[in-house]
Amino acid sequence: MSMKATNRQVDGVSIVDMSGRITLGEGSVVLRDTIRDLIGKGEKKILLNLGDVTYIDSSGIGELVSAFTAVRREGGELKLLKLTKKVHDLLQITKLYTVFDIKDDEAAAIKAFTK
Amino acid sequence: MAARAGLAEDEQYQVAMAVREAAVNAVLHGNAYDPGKRFMVAYETTTDALVITISDQGKGLDPASLPDPLAPENLMKGSGRGIFLIRAFMDEVKIRNTNPGTEIILIKHTGRSAAKAKEEAQ
Repeated sequence: MSMKATNRQVDGVSIVDMSGRITLGEGSVVLRDTIRDLIGKGEKKILLNLGDVTYIDSSGIGELVSAFTAVRREGGELKLLKLTKKVHDLLQITKLYTVFDIKDDEAAAIKAFTK
Repeated sequence: MAARAGLAEDEQYQVAMAVREAAVNAVLHGNAYDPGKRFMVAYETTTDALVITISDQGKGLDPASLPDPLAPENLMKGSGRGIFLIRAFMDEVKIRNTNPGTEIILIKHTGRSAAKAKEEAQ
């Protein structure tokens, strides 16, 4: 299953609902283009919902890191929402779990963005 | 293949991920997308392990030269985690230069040897 990313706005936060695989090639490119587009529109609060992401490889992890640093460079915040166990484990193994702000609840994640 | 070797579902996922990472490395970093170069995958199941060998015809890889992706200066880099994940997911990983090219051997213990390895790790 290829990756899909759809955007919605809730209380000033851009939520990106992602589904499928974030892997080298299409999945990573979709993520990169989505983040670039949001940054281009001046979005500063971005929440990546990974609840339906079934698989992520080292390229996908790298793309998440690049997204995080790109948003931060523009003075924004990027948080992750609803990790599957596999993605959770990968972020722990790579010591990135504490780098990202990760939430399980959407409403709590939205509130956690600085006003 | 991993299922037939008697590996549990989470171990099958680990093997699949390691093989995918090694295959991507072979084509992308090894053969550098050169259609004239081949990469090969072979596997065998022994009495106590699943052994997968992936080789390319690239410039070769010095594992000692790979930066540690967990080091603070590398943690936020956008690449460089492939071999690290392969090592994390397999029981043994051997990398050797085949001049030209690289051969990576991925080993996952099965059955009694896996149980013994887990026992020793505890």
